[in-house]
Amino acid sequence: MRLDLFVSHYNYWVVIFLMMVGFYILISRGNLIKKVVGLNVFQTAVFMLYISMGKITGGTPPILVDPKGGGEAAAEVMYSNPLPHVLILTAIVVGIATTSVGLALAVRIKEAYGTLEEDEISRIEAEREAAE
Amino acid sequence: MNIVVDIVLFTLLGAAGFALLKVRNLFAVVMLAGIYSLLSAGLFTVMDAVDVAFTEAAVGAGISTVLFLGALALAGHHENRPGHTPLLPLLVVVVTGGALVYGTMDMPGFGHPENPVHHHVADHYIEESYDEIGIPNVVTSVLASYRGYDTMGETTVVFAAAVGVMLLLSGARRPRSRGGGGGGTAGEGEDG
Repeated sequence: MRLDLFVSHYNYWVVIFLMMVGFYILISRGNLIKKVVGLNVFQTAVFMLYISMGKITGGTPPILVDPKGGGEAAAEVMYSNPLPHVLILTAIVVGIATTSVGLALAVRIKEAYGTLEEDEISRIEAEREAAE
Repeated sequence: MNIVVDIVLFTLLGAAGFALLKVRNLFAVVMLAGIYSLLSAGLFTVMDAVDVAFTEAAVGAGISTVLFLGALALAGHHENRPGHTPLLPLLVVVVTGGALVYGTMDMPGFGHPENPVHHHVADHYIEESYDEIGIPNVVTSVLASYRGYDTMGETTVVFAAAVGVMLLLSGARRPRSRGGGGGGTAGEGEDG
């Protein structure tokens, strides 16, 4: 019974662990590039959750075995759910787009402030404000 | 057998995620992120999402690593030791994670064909999509036809991101005006 619960929920628990690792990197690390990595970890964990929900044990990828129909073999085939796959395909591409904007912002901030560390940036900001 | 591969890969993925947290050299972090992406591509294959797997391998492990390396080349790769005590973030993370784990107790188990997620539009896609669209790969017909507007929105986002990156980086390459306080956003408008 317990082993059953472990096997059927292990995916979700590792996904939550990874989400929390990403979240922790995001809120506890000061380096902006490290923050983008944390965001990516969180994002991939969400992808994992969706794909886990779409899987059917004993299923095959949702590519029709006998699309024309008629074959008796085709009736037995069980396909995993294609909808999460589609949503995640879109999300991966959007994710790389947002990551690239985040990295470009980090590069720009480095140009403007000479550092990528959050606390140093806010110190420089405060000094500039005091100088004005 | 499948479930064993699944559990092993997920454990490795968890280890890679934890290593990402610990390592402070950003080059190593980027390489670990590549490994992390490749492992997740393997997991997607095990979980029957082959289209997602090769997108993740190409985009997550390939392009994203290259982008991160480019950013490191431009911005340096040293990460400072976190200055403040991480107790508050740790507390937030533990509480959030605990709540989420509590939430999974009500979730249907992994891989059962009776799970509610499999019985809404998914049946329709699998049974009817070949007659309606004419492509054997169900993922392709959903992506490009049933949810075509979604994909169009996605390309809009990618376009907007490309424009944003070009504007930001073309600003970075102009002769710098250091010390001229607040020079960060001054020159952006001229390129547009």
